[in-house]
Amino acid sequence: MKINDVILRTVTKIVVFIILTFGVYLFLSGHNTPGGGFIGGLVLASAFVLMYLSSDIESVQKSLPLDFKLVAAFGVLLATSTGVGSLLFDVPFLSQTFAYFDLPIFGKTELTTVTIFEAGVALAVVGVVVTIILSISEGE
Amino acid sequence: MFTANLAIIIPFIIAALVPFLYRRLKFVHIGWFVMLVPVTLFILLARLIPSIASGKTYVHTYNWIPSLGINFTTNLDGLSMIFALLITGVGSLVILYSIFYLSFKESLQHFYCYLLLFMGAMLGVVFSDNLMVLYVFWELTSVSSFLLIAFWHHRKASRQGAQKAMLITVSGGVAMLVGFLMVHTMTGSFSIREIIANISSFTDHALFVPAMVLILLGAFTKSAQFPFHIWLPDAMEAPTPVSAYLHSATMVKAGIYLVARFTPVFGGDQVWFWAVSGVGIITLFWGSFNAVRQTDLKALLAYSTVSQLGLIMSLFGLGSIALHFGYSADSVIYTQAIFAALFHLINHSTFKGALFMVVGIVDHELGTRDVRRLGGLMALMPFTFTIAVIGSLSMAGVPLFNGFLSKEMFFAATVNIGNADVFSLQTFGIIFPVIAWIASIFTFVYCMIFIIKTFLGNAQPEKLDKPIHEAPIGMLIPPFILGAFIIGIFFFPNALGEYILQPAMASIYPTFEAAGSLTPTISAWHGFNTELWMTIGVFVIGSILYNRLKNWKPVYKLLPQKFSFNTLYMNTLAFFEKGSTTVTKSYMTGFLRHYLAYIFMFFIVTVGGFLFYSGAFSFDASTNAEIRAYEVILVCVMAIAAITMLFAKTRVTATLLNGVLGYSISIFFVIFRAPDLALTQLVVETVTTVLFLLCFYHLPEWKKETSSSKTKFSNAVISIGVGAIVMLVAFSVLNYDKFDTIASYFENAYELAGGANIVNAILGDFRAFDTMLEVVVLFIAGLGVYTMIKLRPKKGDADIEDQ
Repeated sequence: MKINDVILRTVTKIVVFIILTFGVYLFLSGHNTPGGGFIGGLVLASAFVLMYLSSDIESVQKSLPLDFKLVAAFGVLLATSTGVGSLLFDVPFLSQTFAYFDLPIFGKTELTTVTIFEAGVALAVVGVVVTIILSISEGE
Repeated sequence: MFTANLAIIIPFIIAALVPFLYRRLKFVHIGWFVMLVPVTLFILLARLIPSIASGKTYVHTYNWIPSLGINFTTNLDGLSMIFALLITGVGSLVILYSIFYLSFKESLQHFYCYLLLFMGAMLGVVFSDNLMVLYVFWELTSVSSFLLIAFWHHRKASRQGAQKAMLITVSGGVAMLVGFLMVHTMTGSFSIREIIANISSFTDHALFVPAMVLILLGAFTKSAQFPFHIWLPDAMEAPTPVSAYLHSATMVKAGIYLVARFTPVFGGDQVWFWAVSGVGIITLFWGSFNAVRQTDLKALLAYSTVSQLGLIMSLFGLGSIALHFGYSADSVIYTQAIFAALFHLINHSTFKGALFMVVGIVDHELGTRDVRRLGGLMALMPFTFTIAVIGSLSMAGVPLFNGFLSKEMFFAATVNIGNADVFSLQTFGIIFPVIAWIASIFTFVYCMIFIIKTFLGNAQPEKLDKPIHEAPIGMLIPPFILGAFIIGIFFFPNALGEYILQPAMASIYPTFEAAGSLTPTISAWHGFNTELWMTIGVFVIGSILYNRLKNWKPVYKLLPQKFSFNTLYMNTLAFFEKGSTTVTKSYMTGFLRHYLAYIFMFFIVTVGGFLFYSGAFSFDASTNAEIRAYEVILVCVMAIAAITMLFAKTRVTATLLNGVLGYSISIFFVIFRAPDLALTQLVVETVTTVLFLLCFYHLPEWKKETSSSKTKFSNAVISIGVGAIVMLVAFSVLNYDKFDTIASYFENAYELAGGANIVNAILGDFRAFDTMLEVVVLFIAGLGVYTMIKLRPKKGDADIEDQ
């Protein structure tokens, strides 16, 4: 996936950060406003894909030493273990709960177990999308 | 707090940790650590024996999916206690044995991981009260057994044996699942305790007998009953510790457990009685008859296991008749069959486990287990010889060993059944003692073969690759412990009866008030009665037959190889493989466009057919909002893009036009105030466009279509059909009211899930189970793409499977 394009590379350097921030924002805001794990994951994945598109795979892997298969596996594990985790509290599988806390900086904040579940979804989406795109682009 | 749920989960957790631990341990055999699991569980369970014996049961529930009636409920009662003690007790000994059996060179992390998986699954089978949970663990034992049989997977016989065991037990398991669902349809419950309480009002139900037969199929395949026994001898390709553990002491007894557990449900019915006792007694005969001709010691033990399982099975059948009569002073005599079954179940685990370990020692130290190459080992392997004698004589039913006691009780039960005047037993009841007696003679003969041909006579060191020597002490301790049980139980059978067997009798006969009265006093000497004469007859005729073995052995040649059940299995398998290859090849052409045509035609037929036949199509424009000018413009843009795609010259153009379509749809979502959908559509569109462009990099130039006008015409019909159906569905959906509305989720998402974004509240909370499984599917798809592209063999590479 080597495209020698100075403009693309220069733009990518800045844009990737904007996309990554946007992805994280979408993920976190998903509880009350549009967004969520799936979309957040996809946006993050598109940022990584853009990185791979603008420069070659080796140099990206040097600066971002992530095995995306493991990321996906970890995401699936996280999502399923939140389900199992609820059994420890004697409630049915995959019960979600939420509560409001007063945190030092953020003020009154809602913390939910859905966020953990959604994080699993997001990681699985990122991992799978990047894995698929990388394997197809590397295949002979 | 220790619960049975915990006992099930612990082996799974440790199994997950084994690979990590294995990497750290370089000089210590990992088996030592794994052994702590069954030992701890055994001690924890054994501490509960007194309270179980006093009639207590421990039920513990974790709500899993309560809306479907599926809960992780465990029921620790007398019956599950017996099995759990066997699983953890024999498990501890087998792991100790395996530490000396498997060297560091083997992939130990796999072995112990599978073994712990099996242990957890097996505990799950015996503790689960919920049928669905039980089924999952049931299949998990098949899977772990498959992995363990194929542990030396470079050997073709191992792989074939594993496949055979898997195919037979899993197909039985699926039949059992259908049976469970039928039981659920009848009683409305998945809980075994509730089913037992309510079944009496459903005995005339149309599903009663089919459910029973299907559940029995599951039990018979798992417990290697005739004619499904053929997988067990082939499963002996597994390492010997596995054979001793799974294929004699525990897993093959899962079917027996199931029969025992369902005796209060189906027992008392004539079909149940004849199926269980009939199949059991045939298996008993067929197994012992075939064991005599084996030359491989492990195959001999495999057939002997088949036969002993048949014995236990038939006893459960005979005992179920007591439920037909109900509790009375006269019917107690029939319950003794089940008492004998439980007793023999424990005895069989002790002597068969010891015998398998003996064979393992012989195989491990001498490199062969073929009786034709063995002989005269007695002087050189005195300890192994001692255990072999104890185990075989117990199996043959000789006094001073526990097998004698349960064998006598078995004879007594078969004789007693002739006194019952139901189920046409007055006529056919005589079959049981006769077959039991003949089969016991063969049992005696193969026990003699096991001892005499292996250990007595002249040594034949020239036929062996290794010098004859005694096994290391670690391999001798476990069988010696079992040997101590064999003798100990003979002298103190009533301790076992009171503490272990009596509570189990209470589980099998829950409607009989006094479980204490069902427990007989076991005594080795009870005068010269029928069963003692039967035993003496077995010894006399068995010895004669053994001495005249050469004269009558040709009887096995009468039945040609091509009529065996193995041949039937092979032919069936070959037939199905050939058939499915033919069918698959006829439509799998390798052209994507054909596959798309199949998918679309299926879509047209099913969705279109549904719309047409159910009269679901309806179009009512009266409630529609006004169509505005920019919506028309958007539609026009999309239409133009779609039509232009047909005339595009390059793939890139077509992809970009496709992107125009996708982005226009997201604009529609924005207009209709669905920001979530719009966002998702935008990102998905971007990622898929990238993916398309990447794929095209590998594809050749887009050539002009050269297909015949006939193909073109049919393609056009299909595409127009799909378009029309989608349009009709879109129109009808507005007024469709056959499904429940999902509006209930919209109303109070904030109070229920704490989130104002309803879409996410549905995805992550209300319907989180769907989302979780979707994530798993996505992951599997990703791994599939990765493996297909990265791990496929290069051209000219050898087939990975055949090393």
